[in-house]
Formats: sequence, structure tokens, C-alpha cells
Amino acid sequence: MGFSLDGVGMVHPNGQRALAGVTLAARDGERIAVIGPSGAGKTTLLRVLGAALRPGEGDVQALGARPWRLPAGALKKLRARIGTVHQAPPIAPRLRVVTAVLAGRLGEWSVLRALGSLFHPSDIAGAYEVLSRLSLEDRLFDRCDRLSGGQLQRVGIARVLYQRPALLLADEPVSALDPTLADAAIGELVAQSESTGATLVASLHAVDLALRWFPRVVGMRSGQVVFDLPTAEVTPAMLDALYASEGGVAVQHAPQPVAAEMAFQRPDCP
Amino acid sequence: MTTTTVVHRDPQAMRRLAGWLAALVIAWPMLALSEFKPWALLGSGNLAVIGGFLAGFFPPDGSPAFLALLAKATLETLAMATAGTALALLIGAPLAFVTTRALSISRIGPGPGRVQAGIVRQAARWLLMVLRAIPEIVWALLFVRALGLGPAAGVLALAITYGGMLGKVYAEILESTDTRPARALLESGSGRLAALCYGLLPHTAQELASYTVYRWECAVRASVVMGFVGAGGLGQLMDQSMKMLNGGEASSILLVFLVLVLLADMLSNALRRLLA
Repeated sequence: MGFSLDGVGMVHPNGQRALAGVTLAARDGERIAVIGPSGAGKTTLLRVLGAALRPGEGDVQALGARPWRLPAGALKKLRARIGTVHQAPPIAPRLRVVTAVLAGRLGEWSVLRALGSLFHPSDIAGAYEVLSRLSLEDRLFDRCDRLSGGQLQRVGIARVLYQRPALLLADEPVSALDPTLADAAIGELVAQSESTGATLVASLHAVDLALRWFPRVVGMRSGQVVFDLPTAEVTPAMLDALYASEGGVAVQHAPQPVAAEMAFQRPDCP
Repeated sequence: MTTTTVVHRDPQAMRRLAGWLAALVIAWPMLALSEFKPWALLGSGNLAVIGGFLAGFFPPDGSPAFLALLAKATLETLAMATAGTALALLIGAPLAFVTTRALSISRIGPGPGRVQAGIVRQAARWLLMVLRAIPEIVWALLFVRALGLGPAAGVLALAITYGGMLGKVYAEILESTDTRPARALLESGSGRLAALCYGLLPHTAQELASYTVYRWECAVRASVVMGFVGAGGLGQLMDQSMKMLNGGEASSILLVFLVLVLLADMLSNALRRLLA
């Protein structure tokens, strides 16, 4: 169970290579953080794991099945057992928070229950419970377009917690949250994995979160797995090499906000 | 301080210029072919002819006998347009649901069954094309022969043509909005209908409703033309008034049209506010 990728390669239609020879496997209930610079292929990796993207090369197994060899009905059932927290929460802005969260179980519900729940939410208590874990229960009946970016991102997490998937994928799940909330949100994803036995794979830009919450860290760069180690064995030198820019200058040591400000300063206007 | 040479030329500029030139080259012969000569309107005798024709429309006819006829014809037209649009909705909405690529499960991946799904989508698209390719007036002529004079023929004609139009435009509205919410739902195993209701309708309902009301407004106008071939309503009345050269009656009918279009506009605005 869990998942396994064997020599997976992926070239996007625009000719850009996103994954090259990725071999990675996880047991049931394992928790893995994927780190690496922007454009390293983290999102593509998660989409391949989620049976949302079919790789051109290699073999994919998720939850004991090969998604691309399944007939349509079985593939749909498999997808219902995989939950993805997307980087930008794909939630229709006019939905109410409660409806957006309950949408997590659409793969499980009958059409009748799904349509009925649009008129009267069919499991208010369930939605309340997952939202309270992310301290968002007071927004239960607000519309999603009334929320801030960070609140919307937490609604996206709550939807997947409500789905209770066996394989939980999270693509930059806390990119819009402040450090305290980010820590708590990752804690909830980990707690979900512990209580349901779900395999958890999260891509993270915040290396400290990856090191704090995950027993296993995978470093990616240019579509390849650079290292795949227990967290205790990841050294600062490895992280430096992972994030080193093309010119060989490590960017990790420069405080990020200063670097961002520098970029907007025009040299000709002192 | 840049050492590399920066390209300041827009690589797309030539293609854009060529596009504009092509549009001109195509548009000019079209204008010539359609004998587009607006200055002929201002020619010596023409203005007087138009003036005489318009003068006959004044004043509008307000006699009680005609107003009673007008009210009955208005109701008939409203009924025809409403029934026709409702039937068109029943034809168009399911076909749009089948046609739209925004709800395709087999395109994710791409996964199993995408060839069959592509064939079904294309077949539905062709069906929509056939439905709307034949003008409603032709359908009306056909149904008047089958069903006899009266609004029933108009209702069927509207249902068929407008069903084709609604289906095409619904499918395109669903595709041109943000499809990621629906796609994310499909990727987590949701069915197509649920993905439509949770991922697409919330942010397209306004546009879908406003287009539907606009089509209803078009149906009111189209019923005039169909009335000319005997499909009842305001059109048939208009036909009689024009044949008897009764401009006053014709202008009263036109005033009713103005009110109906105004009504459609108000309805559309109210619906958009409701769905906002």
C-alpha cells in the first residue's frame, strides 16, 4: 500500500521536463516532506501521486493499484481515497465555507446526497469539527469570497481533513499562513495521518517545518530526487547544496525579506 | 550593469500586424459584396420616402377594440416565448453538460475512455450545430403545416433552434470560467454532476441566467417573424396591420415590444442580483 514510483519521468506539453527518473516509495502511514527550490518538480510529483497527471515514463502505484491501468470506475474510486491540499485552494468563491468543506466527500456521496447538501448542508457537525481543528469554526456559514487568503487556505485543508483520504497529499499547504498558524496546520495534517493511518506527503518551502514535523525528508532539484533520508541525517550542507542558485551562491543564508526589498530598489534612485 | 544584450523587440509584433491586415483584407470585400452604401440613405428622394413611412406610424392606435386584441396577442407571444425558452432549456442544458470539456474526467491524465468520451462530446456538439443551423422561421413554416396556424408551431420552432444556441453557449460559458474548482473535485473522485454543482455553477450561475433571459428576450422578438408565417401572437397581428397599411396599430405593437424588452432587462438584473 502507500505508494511507489519507479523511474517516473514527465515532460510537460510545452517541452519542459518536470520529473526525471524519480524512484520513491512509502509504506502505509508514512509521513514525508518534499523540499527543494521553486521549479524543482514538487507540484508535478504530487499530481502524479494523486493520479491527476499521467507520467510519460515509469510506473506509478498508489494505494496498491496502478491508476493508469484501472478502468474508469475503479480509477474514480481510487481518486476518492486520495486527498490533495492544493497550493492555491481551488474553491468556487460563491460557495459557503460549510459547503466547500463538505465537498471533500463528494467522491463518496451519492448524487442525491450531493445535490441535497447544496440546499441544506448534510453534515454541519462534521464540517464544524474539522474547521475547529484549524480555528475557523466561526466562519462556518460565511461565503468563501469573504475570507482572507490564509483563511481560504485553511478551508482547503479542512476539506481534505473531512475527506479522510488514505493518501494525503499537500502542495505548499501553509504558504499563505503566518508561522504560528502554519505550524498548527501542519500539526493537524500530521495528527490526521496518525489517527487515520493515512500516508502523508507534503511539499514545503519552510524547511524548519519539514525538519520539525516529518520523520523523512526528500530533497528535489531539477525534477530529480537529490536525497531521501531520515530527518536526523539531513545536514545543513545538504540543504545549502539543495537551494544553491545556478551560480553556486547559497541563497539560504540571506534573510529573505531583505532580499525581496533589494529587488525593488532601483540603483538609479538613491 | 547587464552584460547580456537585452532584446527590446516584441517577438509577437509582426504576427499581430499581419492579423490586423488580414482582418482588413477580409472585411473590405465583405462590405463591397453586401452593397454597404450608407450614403444612399441621404439621397434626394429616399429621405422623403422614409419620412412618409414613419409619419404613418403616428399616432399609435389606442382604441379599446384594438387594445383588447393587442393584450391577447401579447399574452400569446409571452406564452410562446416562455414555453419555447423553457423547452429549449430542457434540450440545451443536458447537451451542454455532455459537451463541455470543463467536466471531462477522461481528459485528466488523460485516463481511460477518452476516445469514447471525445466521440460522444463531438456527436453532441454536431447535434447542437444542426439544431441551431436551421433558422427558427424554417422550423415554424414546417410546424405550421403539421400543427396548423397558432402559437404551438412557434413554441416547437423556438425550442429546437434556441436549444441548440443555449447548449452551445452554456458549454462555452462553463469552459471559459475558472475550471480549477471543478477539476479539483473530479480529481478527488467526484462525479460530473456534483462537480458541476459544487465547482462550476456557483460562479457561472449569474452569466448562465443572464444569457437565458437574453434568449427569452430574443424569443419574444423572433415570435414576430414567426407570426408573419402564421405562428400567432404579436407577429400575426403585426402582419395584419402592415398588410392593411395601418401604421398606428403597428406603432402600438412596437411600443409593446419596447415594454417587453424593458421587462426582460429588469428580470435579468433582478436574477443577477439574486445570484450574486
